[in-house]
Amino acid sequence: MTKQELEKAAANGLINRRHLLGLGLAGMGTVASTSLLGAEAGFNLEIPGWSKQPGANASGYGSRSKFTDDMQRMSGNPNPLYPGGGSSRSPLHQLQGSITPNSLHFERHHAGIPDIDPAQHKLVIHGLVRQPLVFNYEDLLRYPMVSKIYFLECSGNSGSLFGPNPADGSAQSLHGLVSGAEWTGIPLSTLLDEAGVDPEARWINAVGADAASMGRSIPLNRAMNDVMLALFQNGEPVRPGQGYPMRLFVPGCEGNISVKWLTQIKLTREPTHFRDETSKYTDTRLDRKSQQFTFPMGTKSVITAPSGQMKLERQGIYQVTGIAWSGRGSIRRVEVSADGGRTWADAMIDSHQSEKALARFRIPWQWSGGDAVLQSRATDSQGNVQPTRTSLVTEKGNISTYHFHGIQSWAINTAGDVSNVYA
Amino acid sequence: MFTLKKILSAAAVSASLTIGLSAVVQAQSLGTPINESQLQGFDLIAQPDGSGYPRGSGTAVQGKAIFERRCVTCHGMTGEGTSTNTRLVGGDMQSEERPIRTVGSYWPHASTLFDYVQRAMPADAPKSLTSDEVYQVIAYVLHLNGIIEDSLVLNKETLMQVEMPNKDGFIDSSQAP
Ligand code: HEC
Repeated sequence: MTKQELEKAAANGLINRRHLLGLGLAGMGTVASTSLLGAEAGFNLEIPGWSKQPGANASGYGSRSKFTDDMQRMSGNPNPLYPGGGSSRSPLHQLQGSITPNSLHFERHHAGIPDIDPAQHKLVIHGLVRQPLVFNYEDLLRYPMVSKIYFLECSGNSGSLFGPNPADGSAQSLHGLVSGAEWTGIPLSTLLDEAGVDPEARWINAVGADAASMGRSIPLNRAMNDVMLALFQNGEPVRPGQGYPMRLFVPGCEGNISVKWLTQIKLTREPTHFRDETSKYTDTRLDRKSQQFTFPMGTKSVITAPSGQMKLERQGIYQVTGIAWSGRGSIRRVEVSADGGRTWADAMIDSHQSEKALARFRIPWQWSGGDAVLQSRATDSQGNVQPTRTSLVTEKGNISTYHFHGIQSWAINTAGDVSNVYA
Repeated sequence: MFTLKKILSAAAVSASLTIGLSAVVQAQSLGTPINESQLQGFDLIAQPDGSGYPRGSGTAVQGKAIFERRCVTCHGMTGEGTSTNTRLVGGDMQSEERPIRTVGSYWPHASTLFDYVQRAMPADAPKSLTSDEVYQVIAYVLHLNGIIEDSLVLNKETLMQVEMPNKDGFIDSSQAP
């Protein structure tokens, strides 16, 4: 490796992001300055066994390497007092890029995953329309569709950070209720127009075909905007855990309103005030008034590596990486701090930066064995800046624990242990 | 020549596009007409204005028996709950400490109780109660919260008139940017 001065970008080891392009810095846990496979390591490379015999045949349905089997969603134990209730969290700390594989996309169910035969499934649009209509799956597949990359986040994600003490958790356990995917479906406006929206209608009421018949009310103006009836996720039919054969998809908004297993859309003057938009998913403020229908998710970022419960084994250069998103636009900027928010450096944002999608960020960081607190701070295309945890909790209180989007702090101690802290 | 070829191929493309588009336009009306009366057993939406409630009625006195048979394993003998999200009674939004939010203290509309119990409860056998049983058991839950008398006959008309303690406690943020 050619000797080159690393340009400092902020205190405590942050290095200018442009070195990511030119320097070939190695990934997590690798020291860039020393070569472990060098001559001193004392062994010769040989042709491995798998290069000496034919491998497995092509298969009808792919599976991952058994060496990556430990990459799992984290899901709660089945609870007989809450049949089918619960969630599974994406392993953010093990993923890269900005698309979550379907098998690792987070899930949240309120009464389990129904086993729906698409030939029997119906989607009804009725209420304040010119002509109530019922749609079959096969027919819906013939409609013009759009494909868009969006994040999906449960409004309960990161909720433990409202708590008075920092939980001992990982990026997955604390923030794993967010994922990103390409969704393909029919603009909902196409189907609403076919039924003919009555000028009196102000809300759509969406209901799923699960055992909880999950219902949510969504203002008609939003429903006519970028909402879609999603039929495909990352190119394949939406999986049962995501609403097969069809779900509503409301870009940028709290996941629960993207009603899965969608079977009914009723247009009305007023919202229904379903249980999951009154009792739950509402934000009680310090003055004890509660905000209802708080849909767009805040401007947010999370460092996924190094992150909670990891251990830095050696000093050297690490690639700090994470994801950022906003329910109100695209991500313009992500800054990273290694000194608990005193100094900041701009991270490199990868790939596309489309509206309401995950953006991957990266920045090199030199760990010299001292204490550090890593933070990231996102800014979206509307100029919204991710707030500190303290300002968010001061403003919102912690009676409700939805819609947390404050800055996360990962402390690294001199032993290299990474943990969630409030800084 | 070069230009001409380009124009020709562009024309071919636009011709095929037109065919594609007209097929698409035809495909855009594949919904089958249906009328509201066909949806009576399907549409469970019950709104605060009284729309969507089925016929039927019941009192808390009747509901107690159903509650004790169908709800107590998860919600406790008197609705005290077996976990934070299964507590059905008590709480006060104006309490000094962090308020406990339940049907009684938090929910702004009684219609939500009808709507939710009818669609989702009991969690181990959703939609297994008759409309009368739903009126009865929610009358009992409202009575446990001190919101109605145990003799009140709950039906479409009386349910609409039930005033919840936190009815003014919510702010509609649906049009916030
Ligand atoms: C097998 C357990 C179980 C049984 C039996 C059961 N419930 Fe529930 N109930 C739950 C769970 C779990 C929740 C929370 C669901 C969630 O959060 O999605 C709940 C939620 C509720 C709620 C909403 C509470 C709130 O504050 O949001 C009401 C009301 C309710 N149940 C009423 C009933 C009634 C009435 C019955 C009897 C007819 C009943 N339940 C039977 C498990 C049960």
